Amino acid sequence: MKEITMETIVGEVSMLKSAGQRLVTLSCTELDADNFDIIYTFDKELVLTHLRVTIPKGTSCPSISGVYFTSLLVENEIQDQFGLMFDGLILDFGRTLYLDEEITTIPLCNNTKAMTVKK
Amino acid sequence: MARTIIPFGPQHPVLPEPLHLKLVVEDEIVREAIPALGYVHRGLEKLAEIRDFHQMIQIVERVCGICSMVHSLCYCQGIEEMMGIEVPERAKYLRTIWSELHRMHSHLLWLGLFADAFGFESLFMQFWRIRERIMDINEATTGSRVIVSVNVVGGVRQDLTPEQCSWILTELAQAEKEIKSIQSTILTDYTVCKRTQGVGVLSKEQAYELGAAGPTLRGSGVAQDMRQLKYAAFDKIDFETVVETAGDSYARSKVRFREAVQSIDLVRAAIAGLPQGDLAAPFKGNPEGEIITRVEQPRGECMYYMKGNGTKFLERVRIRTPTFANIPPLLAMLPGLELADVPVVVLSIDPCISCTER
Repeated sequence: MKEITMETIVGEVSMLKSAGQRLVTLSCTELDADNFDIIYTFDKELVLTHLRVTIPKGTSCPSISGVYFTSLLVENEIQDQFGLMFDGLILDFGRTLYLDEEITTIPLCNNTKAMTVKK
Repeated sequence: MARTIIPFGPQHPVLPEPLHLKLVVEDEIVREAIPALGYVHRGLEKLAEIRDFHQMIQIVERVCGICSMVHSLCYCQGIEEMMGIEVPERAKYLRTIWSELHRMHSHLLWLGLFADAFGFESLFMQFWRIRERIMDINEATTGSRVIVSVNVVGGVRQDLTPEQCSWILTELAQAEKEIKSIQSTILTDYTVCKRTQGVGVLSKEQAYELGAAGPTLRGSGVAQDMRQLKYAAFDKIDFETVVETAGDSYARSKVRFREAVQSIDLVRAAIAGLPQGDLAAPFKGNPEGEIITRVEQPRGECMYYMKGNGTKFLERVRIRTPTFANIPPLLAMLPGLELADVPVVVLSIDPCISCTER
């Protein structure tokens, strides 16, 4: 699993797309009180390739939806469930893909409260 | 031209699950589609915090009733790989039999619903009548029609007797005969062809780039099926990926029809090769580490990411379901369609909102 940084996500992902890789999904996990872990999973001819990035809480992650349109749903899902926001999302549901606006608890992030609901 | 936004769903006649699409139309031609989800989201991944890794089998089975067996298979395979458990051969074959039975009844259900989408009620009932044979097999062999709960970490909890195997083969022979008797109707009938051929076309390049899964991907000419990974007993059973190239609603329905017939052969082969042996391997301890595992559900590739920390609770269970992957391709298919074709094309990806809103 290749470790990358937040600054190089879009470049690394673009290279994989150029190499004919198909995006399978993103998997986000809360590592500890300060960090999230995102694994980007790609597939080519049944062989998986992974990129791992650690995102500090309170920062925004660059969206890859400009490179892979299909990432838009999973990035919106991560916004809902972890409160981790993505910059440059093609279609931004603003933390309301699954949740209603009045819900301010972040489900998969130890029940911490969301700061604001983006309109 | 006046632009209008037409709400499609969340409740509509052809899809018994709440999916909402905002359709921007000009003179009944769809220009843009924006999805709205979240009507029935259940937060099943969150339950991993309070249910141990054995109890999670029952949770993941409820991600989707139709694919319940295949979800638990994917989950159990991941835990087994994490813990280094060697599953007995008999259990692998039994898993293959039940997962192919699930593929059959899922495809037969879908073929019926698809016929219903363009008003072909009698065809709908024919497919569902055949499906009942498969549901009866599930009930007789596992005690349950839909959520069969046969998988455990290390193997399976149910066995098949020789009499049951013989009866299954008889039932499948009858089901095959009945399916083939309506083959010409679903594949050559004027109404079916008129409503599906050339409708909702997804090119091979689009399907691949947009991450389509399952029959949606294979209907566009990409020969990718997770059974090629040789999980369960697929390494011992000859299996050829079903592919169609037109990329339209007709091609997707043809892939499902052919796969339903193919599953009969796969079950036959699995029963013929069913070895003697244990049903499950004993093990001790708790899962530790990270794993990504994939299987082929009736609707396509399903992926589980799991992270264990040596306790009985998993730190993270992430489930990527095929419908979730097929929504972006659907959004690419809809623009340019006539409004009347939208229900047919939406149904052509076999949307499972239960999976999507796990």
